[in-house]
Amino acid sequence: MSRSLQVVQAGPALSVQDLGRPGSLSEGLSRGGAMDRLALYEGSALLEQGPGCAALEMAAMGGRFRARGDLRIALTGAPMRAAIDGVRVAWNASHALPDGSELEIGAAEAGVYGYLHLGGGIATDPLMGSRSAHLTAGIGGMIAAGTDLALGADGGGSVDRMLDVASRCGGGVLRVVAGPQTHRFAPETIERFTETAFRRDARGNRQGVRLDHEGAGFAPDGARSILSDVVVPGDIQVTGDGSPYVLMAECQTTGGYPRIGTVLPCDLPLVAQAAPGDLLRFRFVSAEDGLATERAARKALSDLPAKVRARLRDPADLGDLLGHQLISGVTAGRHEEEGP
Amino acid sequence: MTHPSEFPLIAPAGIDGLVVRFSDALSEPANRAALAFRAAVEREGWDGVEESATALTSVYLRFDPAAVVPAAVAERLRLLLAAQDWYAAALPEGRRRWRVPTLFGGDAGPQLETAAAQAGLDRDTAIATLTERPLRVQTIGFAPGQPYLGELPQAWDIPRQTDLTPRVPEGAVTVAIRQIVLFAISSPTGWWHVGQTKLRLFRPEAEVPFLLRPGDEVQFDPVDAERFARLGDDPQGGAVSEMIR
Repeated sequence: MSRSLQVVQAGPALSVQDLGRPGSLSEGLSRGGAMDRLALYEGSALLEQGPGCAALEMAAMGGRFRARGDLRIALTGAPMRAAIDGVRVAWNASHALPDGSELEIGAAEAGVYGYLHLGGGIATDPLMGSRSAHLTAGIGGMIAAGTDLALGADGGGSVDRMLDVASRCGGGVLRVVAGPQTHRFAPETIERFTETAFRRDARGNRQGVRLDHEGAGFAPDGARSILSDVVVPGDIQVTGDGSPYVLMAECQTTGGYPRIGTVLPCDLPLVAQAAPGDLLRFRFVSAEDGLATERAARKALSDLPAKVRARLRDPADLGDLLGHQLISGVTAGRHEEEGP
Repeated sequence: MTHPSEFPLIAPAGIDGLVVRFSDALSEPANRAALAFRAAVEREGWDGVEESATALTSVYLRFDPAAVVPAAVAERLRLLLAAQDWYAAALPEGRRRWRVPTLFGGDAGPQLETAAAQAGLDRDTAIATLTERPLRVQTIGFAPGQPYLGELPQAWDIPRQTDLTPRVPEGAVTVAIRQIVLFAISSPTGWWHVGQTKLRLFRPEAEVPFLLRPGDEVQFDPVDAERFARLGDDPQGGAVSEMIR
């Protein structure tokens, strides 16, 4: 029997995502891929596989899934309430999902995008070099109940591993570098922009996230129209009503709205995981500092596998612990040894 | 205030990108410069440069910030810019000229009369001026494979609608500001819907997913409803192409 993950019940916005398909900007297709790219790296580290493996992106809500074959899974990104055969399991961790067992993933407790990773990765047919659904471009689509997701060969590896992840849900400060149109905004406008606490608007999707604020808008000086330019994820457009709009994975490739700056790629997961109502602020950094920060973040990505460790049990895992006892009669020895 | 002498200019675009801008207004030489310069950048194949793309009058470069320093890329760009007059450069090779069967007016182009009136043209002259010569794919954007074509005669310098058309179909021929946009997807738009093609500009499942490339030329070939209907389901919508020599 080939291994697969059966989608028994699907939340409203499940899609297969990997790192996207860069290289078609000149033909009008944005890179797409996971909204929270860091979550993909974390899942790959937990399952000891490459970051290119496709995972299931779950916006706001998961679903119910059944294992066909003995599977390994990892859960990353926005923490959601998850249980295997009724037993609560930890987020930012890897687990065994034995043949026939059922995984239930509920609503996000914080943040927006949760990720379900599978050992061997989801093995749907790639299109233009990627398995990512690009909903805006009409590539692939939402995953519906009844779908049987084929999986790649799992090289095997351990489960019950975890990663200590600093929360990136709930908003925060976004580091921004100046771009080709920043100078079109008056210094006072820029200053006010960096002093404003923005609220993540309910209008947000894989194309971009609109931000709300009290008070006047952030229009550039003069009414001069701006000729369309290439735009990329992270660019902060100031739209007609003076509100900032941060472009995300499935953004258009050209745009004529003035851009006040660009969020560092390593801070985009913060934007992705800001839920409606969460507060975001912007802080300009110099090009040098921005570059150094981004380089450090990329280095940290490659260091992730070394940060994975055996999972410690804590009282929050009590249900899980009991589950192990019910199944095996005794808790596995190594968990006890690693207990707090 | 436009100072032509400030162009071409190089500006940072995020931590991993640079933009080379040839003008802040659309003109044939500036569009030519962008197309030719991007082709030159692609030919150079600099280490660490991962992707390039053109907008109407600019070239965007994305590089690996862990592999190269932006200043080093900018310096290479400066040297390449200085190598020749890009505004008078030859257009890249490998461009194609397409002839695309198009049905104008009626249900296929419900705003033809209104748009023609704005351009001060009667219906037949409007169609003639939209079809009499090939138009260049000045850039591709907004949606995958969606071309901005130009430049149309001065009469077609008409504004976009203030209200949006709720939806034009895939393959719609729309006009404003001396350009034609050929829609790759069904979309709301402020552009005037004057005709219809059966082109499928983006086919992700195909070996060559994008029909048109920046720099290609497109000439619309007016056909009657009967012939249009016979074009059937050919994904190229009856369009034929030849290499531009």
